[in-house]
Amino acid sequence: MTEPDDQIDRGPAGERVLGRVRIQTESLPSPAAPAPLPARNGGAPLIARDVVFDIRDMAVYYGDNQALGWTTFKIYRHLVTAVIGPSGCGKSTFIRSLNRMNDAIRGFRIEGQVLYHGHDVYGAEVNRVEVRRRIGMVFQKPNPFPKSIYDNIAWAPRNLGMREDLDARVERALTQAALWDEVEDRLRDSALSLSGGQQQRLCIARAIAVEPDVLLLDEPASALDPVATASIEDLMRTLKNRYTIVIVTHNMQQAARVADQVAFFTLDPGADRVGTLVEHADTQTIFRNPKDSRTRDYVTGRFG
Amino acid sequence: MSALRLRLRPRAAIGAEAARAGRTGDRILFALCAGAGLLAVFVLGEVVYQVISGARPAISKFGLGFLVHSRWAPNFSAFGAAQALVGTVITSIIALSIATPLGIAIAVYLAMMAPPAVRTVVGPLVEMLAAIPSVIVGFWGLIVFSPFVANHIEPALHNVLGFMPLFGAAQTTGFSLLTAGLVLTIMVLPIIAALSRDLFLTVPVELTEGAAALGATRWEIIRGVVLPTTASGVAAATVLGLGRALGEAIAVLQVVGDGTGIHSSLFQPGETLAARIANEFTSPESKLHIPSLFYLALILLVIGLVTSVLARMIATRFDVHRSLA
Amino acid sequence: MTAQLDAPERDPGLPDPSAPLIASGNLRRRDAVSRAVTASATVAAFLAVAVLAILVFTVISKAWSVLSLSFIFTNPSGLDSGGIANALLGTIEIVAIAAVIALPVGILTGLYLTEFAGANSRSARFLKLVLDLLQGLPTIIVGVVVYGLIVAVTHRQSGFAASVGLSIVMLPLIARSSQEVLLLVPGTLREAADSLGVSRWRTVLGVILPTAAGGIATGAILSIARAAGETAPLLVLDSIYDPNATQLNPFGHGVPNVPILILTTSDLPSPSALTRAWGAAFVLLAAILIANVAARIMLARSRRKMMG
Repeated sequence: MTEPDDQIDRGPAGERVLGRVRIQTESLPSPAAPAPLPARNGGAPLIARDVVFDIRDMAVYYGDNQALGWTTFKIYRHLVTAVIGPSGCGKSTFIRSLNRMNDAIRGFRIEGQVLYHGHDVYGAEVNRVEVRRRIGMVFQKPNPFPKSIYDNIAWAPRNLGMREDLDARVERALTQAALWDEVEDRLRDSALSLSGGQQQRLCIARAIAVEPDVLLLDEPASALDPVATASIEDLMRTLKNRYTIVIVTHNMQQAARVADQVAFFTLDPGADRVGTLVEHADTQTIFRNPKDSRTRDYVTGRFG
Repeated sequence: MSALRLRLRPRAAIGAEAARAGRTGDRILFALCAGAGLLAVFVLGEVVYQVISGARPAISKFGLGFLVHSRWAPNFSAFGAAQALVGTVITSIIALSIATPLGIAIAVYLAMMAPPAVRTVVGPLVEMLAAIPSVIVGFWGLIVFSPFVANHIEPALHNVLGFMPLFGAAQTTGFSLLTAGLVLTIMVLPIIAALSRDLFLTVPVELTEGAAALGATRWEIIRGVVLPTTASGVAAATVLGLGRALGEAIAVLQVVGDGTGIHSSLFQPGETLAARIANEFTSPESKLHIPSLFYLALILLVIGLVTSVLARMIATRFDVHRSLA
Repeated sequence: MTAQLDAPERDPGLPDPSAPLIASGNLRRRDAVSRAVTASATVAAFLAVAVLAILVFTVISKAWSVLSLSFIFTNPSGLDSGGIANALLGTIEIVAIAAVIALPVGILTGLYLTEFAGANSRSARFLKLVLDLLQGLPTIIVGVVVYGLIVAVTHRQSGFAASVGLSIVMLPLIARSSQEVLLLVPGTLREAADSLGVSRWRTVLGVILPTAAGGIATGAILSIARAAGETAPLLVLDSIYDPNATQLNPFGHGVPNVPILILTTSDLPSPSALTRAWGAAFVLLAAILIANVAARIMLARSRRKMMG
């Protein structure tokens, strides 16, 4: 009964091994009594915040290959946390591990802990569907369902039994995603008739229609033109009032514009192409006064 | 290989003569290929022509009334297609109504659920089922399955659903439209399952991941995303299965019981178009017997061609649909 | 820092974000539904495998007592005893002649579709439609048509008529599988040859066909396996012959063959005749299944070769 029936496994033959990590017995910061932020270099005022994700020594393997080195940092409630770094540094692997989207990938194995509000996301009793219901995700390539605009939004709420005032819920989600004015009079049209930027906002609307706790955005603007990108960025600034947002981006300017905190990953030249967290701090610190020289090289464009 | 050899030859050596030889060779190859294609077209045309001309005496004698008359008594020169037509429709309905849901379920299992190791074994086994010759399936149906139907399936169905005339009293032999339909199910099932599985595997992983990220269960992903995006393709696969069920002669001939008349009960022996042609073609009993069998073949041909075109049209619409997504 | 501490109130009906990550709301029911569907689909798949197993097991167990080398290598002596050598030879002959007719035509048709007709040209689409229609043709209709063309003219069933019928069954299978394999030949091979000024026919014979040979052979094996078990056309074209004698002249003579042997013996009341029919079914089934497995292995190998 511990395996929820949600997995669609794809690909050639092989074993899928899931890492099972025991929850440590040390007392965790309770969400009711927020843990204090670690001291910061930027001199910004210290604010006590809820920790949403407490990532401890997280390492990810695909088969025998390690994709992500031991990573430890915290993600706070109602902030936008940007994950930046060169391509191949494990950004996507990292963010997809937060809501267990990597489980379906053959050979995926995780070590360490991903604590979500104090609960191990990879705990034995955890229901993956429940994880994803609370931690929504928007992908790099807009992936609207080949259904109407309305049904794209309404599909998940219907599944979840949120059938009351469905029209209002759809309108609210589309409004929050800044798409309502553009699609108001064509809700029955196919979602595939929308432009790329509109499709991506539809996917964001689809994700927030079920009112998740966290929104994970995996390079949401990389396939979009500058105008569409700007509208997605505006969107993030308003959405963080309701949601905790984690965004992967390869675009430093974007991170500087939208993020409150930044985690910089890079490829560890010592190990064999293993992605590693270099530095996690406030956006201003990362961009103006990084502790690590690798961060400085990257944000100033001196990165090879 | 030869491309390499040709490159090594100095350019000048490929003179005008060689070019001409190349052009002649190209023409010959084109003529051969186009001729082969034309031959395929000719074969189909010849099939249609032969069936129509073979049926002509029966057509001019019986006209379209042939379709609705059920009496088939060769020694009295009484010929009507209705009984075989009804038998064909009923056995095909039985086969499809069981094989379609079952085949889709198998496809869903193979494409979305099975562990990779199971998938690589079970998938080919299901396809293997389609490779068994119909005469062997029919032989098994005749010797093993018919008695089982008579002794177990018919009484059980009669007990539960006997209030409907479809499920009358059990017969002793088991040679019936029901048995024929069930044997056809075995032959149609792997077709629908294998084609549907291939379709499900083409659903972009972005769509299933997008659905999973919304907190959907596996079944919700399948019902909400996988099945709708492949619906027309699955419909085409089903129609292809229908074509197989309509046209199967031998296995049906072995178990359908060669009955006369149209009965309300599925447990009665019957006849199908293909089985009757196969059964009677070599032993005509009267002058119009062969033309009447050709007339049956014409009906079967028309149904078969319509089915094929229909499957193609649905599949084409599916392609268009997919390229949009 | 612009973040606000006091976020707007969340819907009270929503799960508490700090609750344990176990099924909340209606998820327990939805999970149960999903699990039930998974279980049913699993049962369906294993049902299909079970049907295959039952069929194969039945054939093996019923044929067991008669199986021996002499069953394959001796002619029958009456309905009740002896081997099936003459029918086996006949089937091999009929199918071989059918393959000799259908293979070149089918492969050339595949070549026409990939090398000469544009992929979406009108002629290619028409030819593909024709091949689909041929493939969807009930095989009994192929039988009666060839009957009208050959048997009605010669007034005799013959092995050759059967071969022609089977070649019509094989043609669309070979043409479509050849076409699919030829499409997999990298276009760069053709471009390289074209840019060197190599004439098309040399490219086809020297480069394209050799590259695709493995895949074409796979399609050929599958279509031969299909034709070997085909019974309906033989019933009207090649079912009248002396069942005890070897007959290898396909012109003007019925040639004994395995499918008709099975069909005509399968409803005889004699148990020993039935056992012989099961034996024949076993030999046919074994040959066809082995051919299918071999084709599958070849296909995997040639795919790997062509993909580099």
